[in-house]
Amino acid sequence: MATQLEDQRVIEFDVRTDEMLINMGPQHPSTHGVLRLLLRTDGEIVYEVTPHLGYLHRCAEKIGENLNGPQWLPYTDRMDYLAAMNMNLGMSLTYEKLIGMEVPEKAMNVRLIIAELGRVASHLVGMGAYGLDLGSFSPFLYAFREREIILDLFEEACGARLTYSYLTIGGATHDLPGMIEIPPGLAALTGNDPRMKMQWTDAVLMFLDWLEKRIREYHILLTRNSIFVKRTAALGVMSGEMAIDYGCTGPVLRGSGVDFDLRRDGDPIYTRMYEGYDFDVISAPFEGVAGIPRDVILGDNWCRFFVRMLEVIEAIKLVRQGIEKYPTTEGDFRVPYKMTTKLPADEVYLETECPRGQMGFYIVGDGQAEPMRARAKSSCFCNLSITGPLCEGVLLGDVPSIVGSLDIVMGEIDR
Amino acid sequence: MTPQEIFTSLTDKFGSDTILALNAEACDPWIEVAPASIVEVSAFLKAEESLKFDMLCDLSGVDYLEPDAKRAKKFPYEPHLEVVYHLLSVSIKHKITIKVKLPRWKNDEEGSLPDVPSVAHVWKIADWHEREAFDLVGINFIGHPNLLRILCPDDWEGHGLRKDYEFPLEYHGVRG
Repeated sequence: MATQLEDQRVIEFDVRTDEMLINMGPQHPSTHGVLRLLLRTDGEIVYEVTPHLGYLHRCAEKIGENLNGPQWLPYTDRMDYLAAMNMNLGMSLTYEKLIGMEVPEKAMNVRLIIAELGRVASHLVGMGAYGLDLGSFSPFLYAFREREIILDLFEEACGARLTYSYLTIGGATHDLPGMIEIPPGLAALTGNDPRMKMQWTDAVLMFLDWLEKRIREYHILLTRNSIFVKRTAALGVMSGEMAIDYGCTGPVLRGSGVDFDLRRDGDPIYTRMYEGYDFDVISAPFEGVAGIPRDVILGDNWCRFFVRMLEVIEAIKLVRQGIEKYPTTEGDFRVPYKMTTKLPADEVYLETECPRGQMGFYIVGDGQAEPMRARAKSSCFCNLSITGPLCEGVLLGDVPSIVGSLDIVMGEIDR
Repeated sequence: MTPQEIFTSLTDKFGSDTILALNAEACDPWIEVAPASIVEVSAFLKAEESLKFDMLCDLSGVDYLEPDAKRAKKFPYEPHLEVVYHLLSVSIKHKITIKVKLPRWKNDEEGSLPDVPSVAHVWKIADWHEREAFDLVGINFIGHPNLLRILCPDDWEGHGLRKDYEFPLEYHGVRG
């Protein structure tokens, strides 16, 4: 909770404080990458926050104008590198909508399993890194231990651990793997023989069973930890209208009580993937969830964090259903897409629900294989734009708490 | 509401001098608006009960030009600039694309940026999106509270997403 002083300028007796400009970043660890925040402070109170971006600007959009679809795909990996699978999916769907490509049922099923596993991995980092911002080191180690197994499973599927380029235009580059050796991390955690061979889907299910039991521990360690609650509850409060006005999306929007998720409310080409699956859209104020700390206010840091925690459970549910349907789905895992395919003189803007919010791709074709304009609208860019108003009048130590609750990735903001 | 209904309600309010065209056949249907009236149209789109476009998903600048002479013969567009507003209504769950067409340079003088009124006072997020469009595409948003470059350094020259942009050979002595 923010401390209230009678006169905010008086710290002790008649000692007055001076206005000061403090530079936080671009190398500060709790700015999640190369973000520079210029803080105007008076003593401990922050009056103004100006974010400076662009340290990681790699001209991704200009590059996209000179490459065809499959060539640009690896660049989308490097935008939000913590949820690269979901970025691949968003970009592929945009191209598919532009050229009017239909994806078979099996490809959609593979995409759903992979994208939701990616969401679990991304939210685990979000949770761990947020704990780290607030000075709690151990949740970070646990989160990375869990994420490691997802990365192992992804490695079996496509050979890469961070920048996958697995979900591509037309489906996925490969089918899901068959027999694999159990990932070493999973074998160690579950006490199985490390040379054991099993189906990839069974390994995923084994991991999910194990992970689900651990979530209760994260809640004890972090969510309901009284220090954590004191540092997050009733801080950085954002109303639903404010969140919409600033273009905030994803867990940041839903943490403010707006019930909106593109997996349910989005474009038909995207929601088709989730048809026939049972999942809930998580949004504050978490009706029916027990044990919410008393100090929590709708739209504060704690709500945004808790939305992510509950979304992990929903994602696990979705992966389970996906794997259950996998053996019976029809069609191929991919429709071939030629690099030389000419894009029509038309344009598409499509948003998908990435772990950090609604990531949009805007592609304008002009009859060539390369698009005339390839734009990536970043969800973190919009979420970050609200830092200024949120940080007005808070204590200096609470700035990392507010910025961390937005869960930003600078690679996506700067592109 | 369908794009056709949105177009009808806009033309009823503003007339066909302001609401210039509807392309309902496009993959994402769009409505073209006269640049001078974009602020009034935006405010109406946001406030009107039956439309309620409360979220500006994206604002992007697009440079329609084919610098390559051989390819330019097949280029399906006239050279111009566009500002594209992708709007979404969170409560009603419908969307629309609004477009504004501008000349590539103001009064055809190379280097002088075309003007369009800023919508930063209608949707707060437009502030940053317009800064990005100014930075990368080179569009001057009139009435913007703080029109500075956002991704490139303040002393950068030129606007990177212009099709005729020439890459600098060096920046502060660092060769590219």
